Amino acid sequence: MSAAPAIETAGVTKVYGSGATEVVALREASLTIQRGEVVALLGPSGSGKSTLLSAIGLINPPTRGEIKIDGKIVMRGPRALVDVRRFRREHLGFVFQKSNLIPFLTGLENVLVALDIAGTEGRPAKRRAMELLTELGIGARAKNLPSALSGGEQQRVAIARALANRPSLLLADEPTAALDSTLGRQVMELFRDVGHESGAGVLVVTHDQRALDVFDRTLVLDDGVLREDW
Amino acid sequence: MNLAIRDVRHSLGRFLMTSVGLGLLLMIVMGMGGIYAGIVADATLLIDRLDGDLWIVQRDTRGPFAELSRVASNVEDRARTVPGVAGARRFVTHTVQREHRGRPLRMAIVGLAWPEDRGQWLPMVSGRTLAQGHYEVVADRTLGLSVGESIKLGKDMYRVVGVTRDMIASGGDGLALMTIADAQSVQFDTVGEATRLERAARRGRAETRDLGLTQPGMLELADQPASAIPALGSPMVSAVLVNLQPGVDVGAVRAAMEGWADVTVYTEQEQRELLLRGPIDRVRRQIGLFRALLVVISGIIMALILYTMTLDKLHDIALLKLMGARDRMIIGLVLQEAFLLGAIAYLVAYLLGERVFPFFPRRVIVTNDMLVWLALAVAVLCVAGSSLGIWKAMRVQPNEVLG
Repeated sequence: MSAAPAIETAGVTKVYGSGATEVVALREASLTIQRGEVVALLGPSGSGKSTLLSAIGLINPPTRGEIKIDGKIVMRGPRALVDVRRFRREHLGFVFQKSNLIPFLTGLENVLVALDIAGTEGRPAKRRAMELLTELGIGARAKNLPSALSGGEQQRVAIARALANRPSLLLADEPTAALDSTLGRQVMELFRDVGHESGAGVLVVTHDQRALDVFDRTLVLDDGVLREDW
Repeated sequence: MNLAIRDVRHSLGRFLMTSVGLGLLLMIVMGMGGIYAGIVADATLLIDRLDGDLWIVQRDTRGPFAELSRVASNVEDRARTVPGVAGARRFVTHTVQREHRGRPLRMAIVGLAWPEDRGQWLPMVSGRTLAQGHYEVVADRTLGLSVGESIKLGKDMYRVVGVTRDMIASGGDGLALMTIADAQSVQFDTVGEATRLERAARRGRAETRDLGLTQPGMLELADQPASAIPALGSPMVSAVLVNLQPGVDVGAVRAAMEGWADVTVYTEQEQRELLLRGPIDRVRRQIGLFRALLVVISGIIMALILYTMTLDKLHDIALLKLMGARDRMIIGLVLQEAFLLGAIAYLVAYLLGERVFPFFPRRVIVTNDMLVWLALAVAVLCVAGSSLGIWKAMRVQPNEVLG
């Protein structure tokens, strides 16, 4: 495992439109998340949380600034310095508000497909997928389709899928929004445990302030400006 | 991991129903080709089976399959005198429609040069070929007649002694084969009163002309059947078929016959081509165009189905992209489903066609070449039809998952 931070951003700015219609969604956002660190990102709607997440996730490039993942500069301004799709599959894991499981695949297959994309197939892939699902407490439900799983179980499968390729950074966009508070807290605790045990940096975007105590640190984004919440 | 198989398995019912629908469409494409092949086979069947090296037909006509052709019966005797000729046969064909068992029965009557030709070359299903010179008929099974059944044609009753298969005229009517004498009897049948009137008129005409005035004995013959009058000769036939001795120059024999002012001579191949270029040419082109149209329609429908199937999965495709999936995985997903759809539809078309086509009123011949052609066409349609879906899949952005 690399000793470099899971993610470092410097002066990340995102501007939509130009001239009179210009909107600055993110202003000079700089952050560092160490490997094994679990960080919450708070902020009201429209504050730029998803913009930051999609920039860090190499989905939507920033207008300015630099993004370094696992010690490697991957974005400089809007220019990608790596093959982003390949980098995503090797270094990043995503969990969303909705579980976004592929509906025609079982829980196990949803994890296997992530491994398949990264080139791990056959018995080793199956062993890894079952290990993750069992660790997350849904090994017995592995062969069920998403439609037969509860919301909490679906999120666990989504987390297992995100962790399948041992990412250096796990990004979660409001993963508990569709869950009740008890289940939401359980999922947040799961992120904490996963981050601490797997050594991946974890950034969780959330509205839910009731479970903030499970995080190592909290960042707040307000009107595009990122600050540390002490 | 094969995502296509898993996706299909997940919505198996819908996928199968779509495949069956497409299969029915492909069956029609296959059927149109089969109908065309059937028409060609039926049209050339008699020419092939009769196996005459040369066809002597009425001067400046295209032969009995293209238009009315009448040649004198004695052309058969003339042909036999040409060096190199092994044999000659008269050929008579005409179509009749009669009421039988309360329903219209349309048949193409073909006269066989009995006793040389008893129909021993016919593909029999039951019964036997002709065994006597009159009042026997061998019928194709499409006519619905059975062995032992009697049918009235002209003034006489004819007994069905045998049933054939696949003996169809170019017009699609089943063949009824009898001796040439019987065929002519049916063809030239007139009611008694008409015959008496014609004989009286004939006598009247002869009395006022040189023939009657200079040969009074002719007036006595005028009251009798036409065959008894030497000057009138025997009834005309449709054509005369000639078989040549082995190794004989066809061109030389043909040139000798074409010196006769009343006939035109065609080789068997020319007669076949005249038939294909003539009476069935429009049908062939019509079916060809309709078939091409169906292929285009199938392609459009297939493209729409595949496009819709891809649209249903756009979110999943965006997710796969977000997870870092390579383009080939996504293209593979769309293409494999397209090929699976095409393969099942093709299979449905083939299996269903095999069971349905025999019930068509005309022969539907699906050849191996045709099956290969259709398989290739389906493969091309699968690729072409998927291209729209692939284009859409390639354009979808991973951030659509976040939305």
